[in-house]
Amino acid sequence: MTERITRDDVAHVARLANLALDDDELTTMTGQLAAVLDHAADVEALELDGVEPTTHPLPLRNVWREDVVGATLDRDEVLAAAPAVDQDRFEVPAILGGEP
Amino acid sequence: MSDADDPVIPLGARSIADAVAGGTFSAEQVVRAHLDGLEERDATVHAFLTVTAERALADAEAVDARVAAGVDPGPLAGVPVALKDNLCTRGIETTCASKILEGWKPPYDATVVERLRAAGAVTIGKANMDEFAMGSSCENSAFGPTRNPREPSRVPGGSSGGSAAVVAAGFAPLALGSDTGGSIRQPAALCGVVGVKPTYGAVSRYGLVAFASSLDQIGPFAGDVADAALLLETIAGHDERDSTSIPDGAPEISIHLDDGVDGLRVGVVTDLLGDGIAGDVAARVRAAAEALSAAGADVGEVEIPELAYGLSAYYLIAPAEASSNLARFDGVRYGLRVDAPTTAEMMVATRTAGFGPEVKRRIMLGTYALSAGYYDAYYGKALKVRTRICRAFERAYADFDVLLTPTSPTTAFELGATTDPLAMYLNDVCTIPSNLAGHPAMSVPFGVGDNGLPVGVQILAPALGEVPMFRAAAALEEATR
Repeated sequence: MTERITRDDVAHVARLANLALDDDELTTMTGQLAAVLDHAADVEALELDGVEPTTHPLPLRNVWREDVVGATLDRDEVLAAAPAVDQDRFEVPAILGGEP
Repeated sequence: MSDADDPVIPLGARSIADAVAGGTFSAEQVVRAHLDGLEERDATVHAFLTVTAERALADAEAVDARVAAGVDPGPLAGVPVALKDNLCTRGIETTCASKILEGWKPPYDATVVERLRAAGAVTIGKANMDEFAMGSSCENSAFGPTRNPREPSRVPGGSSGGSAAVVAAGFAPLALGSDTGGSIRQPAALCGVVGVKPTYGAVSRYGLVAFASSLDQIGPFAGDVADAALLLETIAGHDERDSTSIPDGAPEISIHLDDGVDGLRVGVVTDLLGDGIAGDVAARVRAAAEALSAAGADVGEVEIPELAYGLSAYYLIAPAEASSNLARFDGVRYGLRVDAPTTAEMMVATRTAGFGPEVKRRIMLGTYALSAGYYDAYYGKALKVRTRICRAFERAYADFDVLLTPTSPTTAFELGATTDPLAMYLNDVCTIPSNLAGHPAMSVPFGVGDNGLPVGVQILAPALGEVPMFRAAAALEEATR
């Protein structure tokens, strides 16, 4: 198998994705991602020069609703599902490190 | 009382709705019969993650009250329906079969859930699935796999494996699933029921937990083609709460089911009958083509070599979109939180503990495909392949009204037998192209393979081609009777 993706690449991507992988997981994941990327190389057989990309099946435009007051989600119900709440807000640990 | 003796269980949705509206059965009687049946047998199948018996009986009473008052109880009066557990139900746990959402009770109902209730249907529970709809066997559920009701040593397919199993086992005559790369059609095929992925935009996705937004569609499972049509008509139609909802996505289908296929141009896609497709499955597709021909269709063969590249494009595009969509699971607003000193560490700890291996793999693959230096080589190229597939379909549909392929390369496989992720992905080769193009497609049971397990034949149509697609499906079903 070609070295399509390295262990260092995988470690970097894990950081971008906010995931922690241990050594075994890094090894396994490197092999599995390489296999999928190798398979994906089969598209080299297709002529793609000058082909426009398709990001979406519909010719989407922004969709606006009327600017009128309508029902929104119940605030208490929304906050009840959160792991931690302070008054009417979602509560999180320190943002910058150290004690909050 | 066994199911065989029960007067309600073998009835399909239309018969139940007629019987409830006409007073032959009460909705409560119908719902109780189904709840009793699944209580006895779902310990083996594990199709449900949550059964909402109390709520279902209360809803059934409300339907009965309408009937008693002489008010129209709706086209699905008293019909039990199961919902894939990625469809939001207000106040009812919605997990996506993931530990990261375990215990989460959404503050709103999905539009499809509202439409079902308005039609008199009674939702009885939430069906198992591959975690976040990522998988083709239902083995990626964080809460244990579902087994195929036809043969419990086999998988039901996925990702909507629970929904397919519900209908195949008779736990409910109808179920809803979602289909991003075949997640309705493949389990329908493996369980021997009808499964439909509608045209992209035809069914509102408000309240569907997003996997890959340019591909996801909600659609029906049913025991027969007419019930599937009725369920699709119930849930389809414009919804201002989904900005990808299209205005003309709700054609009348049921009234065309008896139209026949005289003169319908059917193209058998030869590229999807060779390498990688089991011989017994390919033989059933050829038999289906003969049946349609005998019923009056103009059947021909068509080569669409681009379709085979859909798999590669899909396994870059879908993970790319998923990596973005699943960024919202960060331990702040809902679901799991693993405590840590800082928010950044909390997010990593939460996601690492909350997501299963396949979900992590897809997030990693997608993040990589979108990352600096690789975007053009992978994601960018996949989007161009997507264009080539759309153009290839356009050429095919110049000559044909619908296309015929297998739904899945094989019949249901053994639980635990497929451990290599790439080998699992290959199950989706026939179903993926329709998602990439935004087209409708459906799987119809058409006999069995060499091992006696169901084979599904897939009918594909261009965008908004639901009517010819269902006409072909009805003709195939008729041929098996």
